[in-house]
Amino acid sequence: MTSQALDHRLRGESVFSELEMLLPFVGKPIQYVGGELNAVTKEWNDADVHWALMYPDAYEVGAPNQGVQILYEVLNEQNRVLAERTYAVWPDLETLMRENGVPQFTVDAHRSVGDFDLLGLSFSTELGYTNMLTALDLAGIPLHADQRDEHPIVIAGGHAAFNPEPISQFIDAAVLGDGEEAVLLITEIVRTWILAGRPGGREGVLLELAKTGCIYVPRFYDVEYLADGRIQRVVPNRPDVPWRITKFTLMDLDAWPYPKAPLVPLAETVHERMSVEIFRGCTRGCRFCQAGMITRPVRERSITGIADMVENGLCKTGFEEVGLLSLSSADHSEIADVARNLADRYEKTQTSLSLPSTRVDAFNVDLANELSRNGRRSGLTFAPEGGSERIRRVINKLVSEEDLIRTVTTAYSAGWRNVKLYFMCGLPTETDEDVLQIATMAREVIRAGRIASGRRDIKCTVSIGGFVPKPHTPFQWAAQLDHESTDSRLRKLKEAIRDDREFGKAIGIRYHDGKPGIVEGLLSRGDRRVGNVIESAWRNGARFDGWSEHFSYDRWMESAEHGLDGTGVDVDWFTIREREYTEVLPWNHLDSGLDAEWLWEDWQDALSEVAVDDCRWTPCFDCGVCDQLDTEIQVGPTGVVDLPMPMPRQSQVLISEVSHADGINETASQ
Amino acid sequence: MSKQTKNRPPDRDLAPTIQKLRLRYAKRGRLRFSSHRDFQRALERALRRADIPMAYSAGFNPHPKISYSNSAPTGVASEAEYVEIGVTAMCDPDKVRRELDEALPPGLDIVEVVVAHGSDFAHRLEASLWKAEIVAPRGEVESAVAAVLASPEITVERLTKAGKRSFDARAGIIQFTLIDGETGAQTDQNADGCVILHMVVRHITPSVRPDDVLAALKQVGGLVPQKPVRVTRLAQGPLALLDEVNYTVGDPFDLDRVSA
Repeated sequence: MTSQALDHRLRGESVFSELEMLLPFVGKPIQYVGGELNAVTKEWNDADVHWALMYPDAYEVGAPNQGVQILYEVLNEQNRVLAERTYAVWPDLETLMRENGVPQFTVDAHRSVGDFDLLGLSFSTELGYTNMLTALDLAGIPLHADQRDEHPIVIAGGHAAFNPEPISQFIDAAVLGDGEEAVLLITEIVRTWILAGRPGGREGVLLELAKTGCIYVPRFYDVEYLADGRIQRVVPNRPDVPWRITKFTLMDLDAWPYPKAPLVPLAETVHERMSVEIFRGCTRGCRFCQAGMITRPVRERSITGIADMVENGLCKTGFEEVGLLSLSSADHSEIADVARNLADRYEKTQTSLSLPSTRVDAFNVDLANELSRNGRRSGLTFAPEGGSERIRRVINKLVSEEDLIRTVTTAYSAGWRNVKLYFMCGLPTETDEDVLQIATMAREVIRAGRIASGRRDIKCTVSIGGFVPKPHTPFQWAAQLDHESTDSRLRKLKEAIRDDREFGKAIGIRYHDGKPGIVEGLLSRGDRRVGNVIESAWRNGARFDGWSEHFSYDRWMESAEHGLDGTGVDVDWFTIREREYTEVLPWNHLDSGLDAEWLWEDWQDALSEVAVDDCRWTPCFDCGVCDQLDTEIQVGPTGVVDLPMPMPRQSQVLISEVSHADGINETASQ
Repeated sequence: MSKQTKNRPPDRDLAPTIQKLRLRYAKRGRLRFSSHRDFQRALERALRRADIPMAYSAGFNPHPKISYSNSAPTGVASEAEYVEIGVTAMCDPDKVRRELDEALPPGLDIVEVVVAHGSDFAHRLEASLWKAEIVAPRGEVESAVAAVLASPEITVERLTKAGKRSFDARAGIIQFTLIDGETGAQTDQNADGCVILHMVVRHITPSVRPDDVLAALKQVGGLVPQKPVRVTRLAQGPLALLDEVNYTVGDPFDLDRVSA
């Protein structure tokens, strides 16, 4: 989209004065103005390479995203490289921007996204695809990569990029795995290309990227189909382009303590806290969990590294809460020492510490107690994921009913009043009975809790998510449960809880209907043919598909009918169909490090209800990741048990030299 | 493992408030789009970053002792917003101003800090002086102003959480002055084709906000600016007569300074 008003704008020039005129008429205008503490703006002409980084959801969701914050900082630390952020605009502003010819803008210096050399998108979920199309369109970038000329190079990353085939016609490239080193590699290739006068044009630089073997450029691969609609093969159409693309793996987290200066948004966001990533990867082996599969191996940040990041981040942001993030934080090999040391450091302050807790064991409650020593308590959440012991063996979530009861008993007797339990519905081999056992489990939890606490006012909240099979997991071959069956199972569960006179009132239940999961399933395991469905849905008005108030199942189904017309395949074929061993999956040429044989065996084990242990503590199961990286899982205590207290910060605002705050004097005299 | 005490807030260092400070801050440029809640979060974080020895309330979820005065609406800039904080040590107001301003993002600026004297601060804020930058021919603004002043009552509507609400905006309007730029010299229009209108509005209940005054100018004076009107609060404080006809909005810190 070009506009008369903005045609003679210089490249990199701010569009804020035009945008400003629209802000009085939109909701929560603060989300569009930037100006966050620790945000960076650079002069356009002082950079060779200009990156726009997008989290394709609303600012309130996107701004706290760690991935974007890390890359923003890593890139801006580079000499002659500039990175700015952009987020999805809500429909009220989108309408006004179209009417007034205001392009998709960055929130840092309010530059037009179309002016940048690169547009990097971080997809945590496939439901952000339509927001990408809005942004491309508002930026004046052709939706189809093959129609672009001097436009930004559009690169997808994040977990959803492990199967970028559904968006392959809209992106120029995709990156698998950790982004830190990837963006630096891309920056250097693009910088060299720009400074050399852009040899070979757009295709020239894409070829350079593809040749690295770790950046996927969809246009250099052809997909051939069988008569029945399955994929026959995916082949490179250039000599220099590798058959398979490998993922990036950052090995030493301590060498990358980002974000060093976390952004502090002015607008309210979904996470009003600072996050410190304590390790990456997970080897628990939950079969439904894509994150756990594609981020292997486990790489821990050291206890010293964690403590330094917490203290530095608090100084730089003023946040009151710190979350210790990872896929299963209680599994850090030094977590007890980490918790005790941090609790010691911040006990006398108003700082609260939280551990997103999902592991079901009493140790997790001990950690939560330790971290909330100063009285600041966040919720306590456990994720048994499956209602019956049988289904938990299928999904490899090794939690027994006794484990759970022991855990919640510890929690309730330690004074926690409300415990949240996460489950999934629609898991492979699941029956009504498996789901109904969630009600039994919740009942037992309340019964045990009442005895342990001696009170009747304790509560338990059951949250249920619909299971969506994901690429690069043992369930990538599984049939997804149709939405009618999902809804029927959830209805039965709800009735079972509601009809329980003794415990029903103490049990809260939260769930969504099964329809959004079908669309997510289509986008997760789709191939290139699904691209037309996405474009059609977007043209029919699909925006913010992760938001129930904006999501329309009917719109997606109509778009799928239109978009898949003539292909011989449909939504059911992509979602509720089980795949065979021999089928070429759309993401087979994208290497997550996992051995295909191992995944298949694990799928067979699931069907036979055989569970496997966490390879961190038991022998290797040959998933293939470590062999490929020529490494071993790096865990184990560093030997550091006690950390010194941080240097006390001396207030600079007091009148006298003697401090009135006891804590400060005490520490200073040690 | 620490011992958990049930149903009682844990022991913290709850130092008493030994000094109260009053802060004047400005909301400038693009950060005028911050809401009052946005500012509250930013201030609480800045107080921690700047190591201001804040006093906290008791209870399970202690809050820093901060009280806010009537804040300018979202989208309206201000040079004169006020906040009072309680601290647990005697602080140098100038150092607090410097450190806190440093800890806030540019655009949320601490203008002045004084030691509080007297507890009547809210009563000192009798009226506000608003500057409206209106893109419209000067003649149209003049006649709209005259029409508003000639009306004894102007009922305007505002959308609140409880639905549409009608009230008299004229009751709050005390004085209009047309200004040329910052110099005060009267001309037809400034370089941007923008008329600058100063509006003195009394703080009454229900409050009359600048957009209510602009609604009144539109309603009885037919004033429809070509662009959104940019509004800045220049001052709020005691209302006083400057001479026989002109009002002024005084500095609410005058009393604190006299007592200091």
